[in-house]
Amino acid sequence: MDALDLARWQFGITTVYHFLFVPITIGLSGIVAWMHTRWVRHHREEDLRLTKFYGKLFTINFALGLVTGIVQEFQFGMNWSDYSRFVGDIFGAPLAVEALLAFFLESTFLGLWLFGWGRLPERVHAATMWAVHIGTVLSAYFILAANSFMQNPVGYTFNPETGRAEMTDFFAVLTNQVQRVTFPHTISAAYMTGGAFVMGVAVWSLWRNRTPEDAPLHRRSARIGAWVALVGGLAVVVTGDAQAKVMTEVQPMKMAAAEALYETQAPASFSVFTIGSLDGTQEHFSIRIPRLLSYLSTGTFDGEVEGINDLQAEYMELYGTDGTMLTEDGTYTPNIPATYWLFRLMIGTGMLAAAIAAWVLWVTRKSVERPDFSSPLWAWTAVAVPLLPLLANSFGWMFTEMGRQPWVVFGLMTTARGVSPSVSAGEVVTSMVVFTLLYGALAVIEVKLLLTWIKRGPVPEEAPSEDADEDAPLVFAY
Amino acid sequence: MELTTVWFVLIAVLWTGYLVLDGYDLGVGMLLPVLGGRRASGGDPVEADRRRRLMLTTIGPHWDGNEVWLLTAGGATFAAFPEWYATLFSGFYLALLVILVGLIVRALGIEYRHKRDDDGWRAGWDAALVFGSWVPAVLWGVALTNIVRGVPIDASGEYVGNFLDLLNPVALLGGATFAALFLTHGALFIAYKTLGPIRDEARAVALRTGPVAAVLALVLLGVLGSLRGTTASWVVSALAAVALVAGLVASRAGNDGQAFAGTAVTIGLATVSYFLMLFPDVMPSSLDPAWSLTTTSASSTPYTLRIMTIVAVVFTPIVIGYQAWSWVVFRRRLGTHHIPDSHAPRSA
Repeated sequence: MDALDLARWQFGITTVYHFLFVPITIGLSGIVAWMHTRWVRHHREEDLRLTKFYGKLFTINFALGLVTGIVQEFQFGMNWSDYSRFVGDIFGAPLAVEALLAFFLESTFLGLWLFGWGRLPERVHAATMWAVHIGTVLSAYFILAANSFMQNPVGYTFNPETGRAEMTDFFAVLTNQVQRVTFPHTISAAYMTGGAFVMGVAVWSLWRNRTPEDAPLHRRSARIGAWVALVGGLAVVVTGDAQAKVMTEVQPMKMAAAEALYETQAPASFSVFTIGSLDGTQEHFSIRIPRLLSYLSTGTFDGEVEGINDLQAEYMELYGTDGTMLTEDGTYTPNIPATYWLFRLMIGTGMLAAAIAAWVLWVTRKSVERPDFSSPLWAWTAVAVPLLPLLANSFGWMFTEMGRQPWVVFGLMTTARGVSPSVSAGEVVTSMVVFTLLYGALAVIEVKLLLTWIKRGPVPEEAPSEDADEDAPLVFAY
Repeated sequence: MELTTVWFVLIAVLWTGYLVLDGYDLGVGMLLPVLGGRRASGGDPVEADRRRRLMLTTIGPHWDGNEVWLLTAGGATFAAFPEWYATLFSGFYLALLVILVGLIVRALGIEYRHKRDDDGWRAGWDAALVFGSWVPAVLWGVALTNIVRGVPIDASGEYVGNFLDLLNPVALLGGATFAALFLTHGALFIAYKTLGPIRDEARAVALRTGPVAAVLALVLLGVLGSLRGTTASWVVSALAAVALVAGLVASRAGNDGQAFAGTAVTIGLATVSYFLMLFPDVMPSSLDPAWSLTTTSASSTPYTLRIMTIVAVVFTPIVIGYQAWSWVVFRRRLGTHHIPDSHAPRSA
């Protein structure tokens, strides 16, 4: 493996890992803020217990999202310096704005929230968690705007004198057509993930049933989580549909790769499951839904969907065959089996999580006085349910990024040209080994710590009073 | 002023914010085994743990927001000076890797240490905290000193040295100076924020590390000044030294607030002095001055700089406003009696 492959693997590993924590942070901060607001409005002890319990799980998760995020910001310069030089004029701006508008907000207000018990007026204290939540959503907006530029460069011009892409319209970059569908899709998925996390924790506690008197509490949080996951899940479907149409328009190769559609078709059928040869000449086994792909891509049931072979020929003409743009293997086609299966796995795991959310809502509906969670099936459901959206998120991002290949910025720069020329393969190996080992160890620590707190559950809480004695112990300390 | 100069100044401001603010967090972490050590606690492990928790609680509400100054400096460099960002981050590859590992384990040490009531768990995170505070403290000194001093950069703007080239005597002196300054700054922060015996001990530590930091800083700024000094940088360096002495005098007199302000100003002015020596380069080449990256050769387009200026001018004061508010909210001094018993679960 050369430095390029290693740098790509490293980016994949560190980014997928980082994005395990991010959607939980986004979704859960909103849910905790909501629970906290309920406590402030009604002063029912169960809301305080839920706020503190899920707040604790939130901070355990947040810490890892934070530290792995620093690596992300450094990594562009470390492993992809030529990419950074080429697009820094455009790509750097949303990153800087993200830090200034979002990171400061999240981190400062999380500090205020954590240590604010008994020190801030109640309403202000609840508002600090909303500020954290707004920070996470803003952060998503700006980083997705940066990513959308890579999928569909807009608001720029190529300057042959400086040899780089230069920004001409920041507003266009922030309102990129791809951004307008990617942001809602990602945020919906984040709410779904946060909801599924809460639902998983609650269902597991209901199954375990160590403190039967807390069953109503867990039932409530299971329903909160399930509603968020279900509504988030439906929003993911709607926004995903919109995204597919934009993708067909601006990155038709990615859509064709998602379907392993080699020949242009009108109308095009959607393959649910296909086993065939890699070059698309033979299909051994296939389940297909007629005309569905046409609808997904174009919004009409007989629309034409371009195939990989036509697109490859088109791109050879457009972008050249002389090697300035083209990679060694002489193709503008991404890895088809990977994109095909990632696309299906994303949809499958996401839909399954939404279905489970609907099921949990049905089981815990009002008319059932005491839902029965004693079956071991519920334990497995509780474990699966937070993992499914995490998998769907990861598959989705792998699909999005692998489907863009061989480009790092579509139509402008190939991934191979973006890598740092001054960094040796040995250096990349070193950092990859360090990050992989460290991240692996941290994953074990984090999951164990989460389980420790989940096992303990939401313990009874005393309401913090603001006018406590100056010398009284703090409500919260490190 | 040229927009490129404006952004050079803004990046100097961000680094100043980072080093002044996270500087005391790093100092507190570095001092964990000293002020929170068995010896300082009279051999009592329970007291030692309470002291460590007290120390971490004083930085608790702030450390994360302080670290964001670094992330913003990084992002702003990417946006305003892509060439600088690209050359620096790919060139200082292994040093940054080690810094990243340090920052990761420090953050988790702060956040995870108290989350289990288990001595082994705490000891592990204590080690992570100490490592993760010392290493970035020293390596930021090494890295920033190297930037000012100049590193081997070729005609195409690529760093052509290796990791060991970064560990030259001047840069190591920079590392030692930063570490000594952060130690003093952290000790004075503890003195400013706590009650009881730990407050006096923190002052005593500062009065011992402070003079060392002063001597190191004088030598460092002298050496760098002789290489790249300007009138302005000499003046600012001298003022930094004066502020340090004033801070230590204030600490002796028992004025903790003034003493902490003294080291804050020292670190701030030393950073300003670094950037004055750097200007108009952003990364001087030690091979040929013509190959140096400068504010103009490394910068983004005027359009990008203009947009970013508007964003910075609007939002930086807001950020400073709410960070200052957080300081007001947590202005109270804390003692070990404020630290509640651990309610964390023991183990999985």
